[in-house]
Amino acid sequence: MAHALLIDKIDGDRLALAATGAWTSQNAGALERQIETAAQQYDAVRQVAIDMGAVERLDTFGAWLLKKLVSSFSSRGCETEVRGLKQDYRALFDELQQVKLEEPARRQGNPIVDGLVVVGKSVASAGDGLVAILNMLGALAVAFARVIANPRRFRLTAMVHQLDNVGWRAVPIILLITFLIGSIIAQQGLFHFGKFGADIYVVDMVGILVLREIGVLIVCIMVAGRSGSAYTAELGSMKMREEIDALRTMGFDPIEVLCLPRVLALIIGVPILTFLGSMAALYGGGLVCWLYGGIDPDVYLQRLKEAIDIRTFEVGMIKAPFMALIVGVVACVEGMKVKGSAESLGRQTTASVVESIFLVIVLDGLFAIFFASIGM
Amino acid sequence: MGLNGKHQTVIEARGVKVGFGEKLVLDGVDLDVYRGEILGFVGGSGAGKSVLMRTIIGLIPKRAGTIRVFGQDMDAASDRERQAVERRWGVLFQQGALFSSLTVRENVQFPLREYLKLSQALMDELALAKLEMVGLDASVLDKYPSELSGGMTKRVALARALALDPDIVFLDEPTSGLDPIGAGEFDSLIATLQRTLGLTVFMVTHDLDSLHTVCDRIAVLADGRIIAAGDMDAMLASEHPWLKAYFHGKRSRASHPGLAAALPSA
Repeated sequence: MAHALLIDKIDGDRLALAATGAWTSQNAGALERQIETAAQQYDAVRQVAIDMGAVERLDTFGAWLLKKLVSSFSSRGCETEVRGLKQDYRALFDELQQVKLEEPARRQGNPIVDGLVVVGKSVASAGDGLVAILNMLGALAVAFARVIANPRRFRLTAMVHQLDNVGWRAVPIILLITFLIGSIIAQQGLFHFGKFGADIYVVDMVGILVLREIGVLIVCIMVAGRSGSAYTAELGSMKMREEIDALRTMGFDPIEVLCLPRVLALIIGVPILTFLGSMAALYGGGLVCWLYGGIDPDVYLQRLKEAIDIRTFEVGMIKAPFMALIVGVVACVEGMKVKGSAESLGRQTTASVVESIFLVIVLDGLFAIFFASIGM
Repeated sequence: MGLNGKHQTVIEARGVKVGFGEKLVLDGVDLDVYRGEILGFVGGSGAGKSVLMRTIIGLIPKRAGTIRVFGQDMDAASDRERQAVERRWGVLFQQGALFSSLTVRENVQFPLREYLKLSQALMDELALAKLEMVGLDASVLDKYPSELSGGMTKRVALARALALDPDIVFLDEPTSGLDPIGAGEFDSLIATLQRTLGLTVFMVTHDLDSLHTVCDRIAVLADGRIIAAGDMDAMLASEHPWLKAYFHGKRSRASHPGLAAALPSA
């Protein structure tokens, strides 16, 4: 303790406390301890006189601590008196006397019940999420039907702008990543297949894997992380700043104005990116086969021709627009769920990416079953 | 701290120039704020009132001029000196600027927690006391800023600005968004705090009622300069066209018919 802010003098059952120094925020920590000590030390006194005349400064911290000091004695039945408080400080002290320290009682719950409540709520919210996705899908379909019936309503400029963002600007990173993935698959294949002299089958593996599965999956995961999150953040901040409400009051349907061009841009952009990505992966695979596995490009192409047919390519490309739709719909749903705070924007953006990647993979599994049963 | 006659100057701005790109918003502002006064700062929308306030508190860099707060030249101040000054002012932003990831209680406690070593119990009590002083009650303690109405946000933001019992509070349009009763209560709260704590208040405002009832002095910004500074009578007596339009306009007369009627020129 640097210096005493409260000097105590005991006389029988009468306690005289003299306050000194600055009773301000800087000294509040020390003052709090001195007051507690005084209150505990003199628990037998009957009369307390507090002389505030020598206090240099008093702010709300000091006034509050004075109130605490007074009430800690008076609640035990002591006669308590505050003397010498300057007129200005008296007003502040009186103001603080009116403060009621009643906090709303916190509910005490059974931990097991609370745990069950959390589980129940998350199950219900998963169901709600599915309903919200179907809801958005329906709203998009209605908006699309309106646009088909009256093509002049369609916001072509907005869609082209979005296509530029999600398609054209994504090309370099998609090419790079799929190129690397194709190379890695080929390298791993060569390494392991080489052990039993089946090097040439690496070409089959790269071709089928890339065209059927990896190309479209990698592209969709990239698009979900790159464009889905951007959609959610854009729509979410528009929601926060009441822009979406403004659109609605002017008689526009936000789904038609904001969501439809974005989702359509994805449906057009993702198949193109999938095609480009698959080609880059095949190129990467071929390059590794040549440089690392000693398979000449002529041989690689020849083998590729035998291993895959147009159906292999079709399987991948058919999936692309559906996956794009899922990414777009989830991004719009999560964007519309954003509430007032920055934290909620962050939470929904994360949810958008996680949910759309999850659903893309689930959809891929469903397609695998479907194609197997129709023999593709 | 400079002494100007009997007044002690706490904020002293000299020749402050601030611009964005080609445009010069403040073109040589000279302004003194004296200890213990409530200064109402008025000017047209877009005249640069908030810009000057933000320049004083160091959020916008200036192109020329000096600003002294508590006699401390803010350009020459070390980080430590700057922090010491920052601890002595509180700012109420126009939109409240509450931290959206913290509850009301945590928002008010934030400066206490960072600057003072207090027990959690005392901080809880003080947060509640501050909130009650600005006219709120315990029911808002655990709410998040997104759950508050505009007026409540303003009050919580004021409680946070006052959390450390600052010497100066900067208020950026404090009564906008409050209903007239709330605005009146706010004005009297400011007056009470100013009286009890010797608070200096720098208030950017358009509220003519606030200017009439609580402001000791009014400074007027137009064309990038302070065109007038003085009490209400001086403002009403001024012949400057902008001041005449401002203080003798329809809204002024509507809110203070007595005052306007007393002046035949109005």
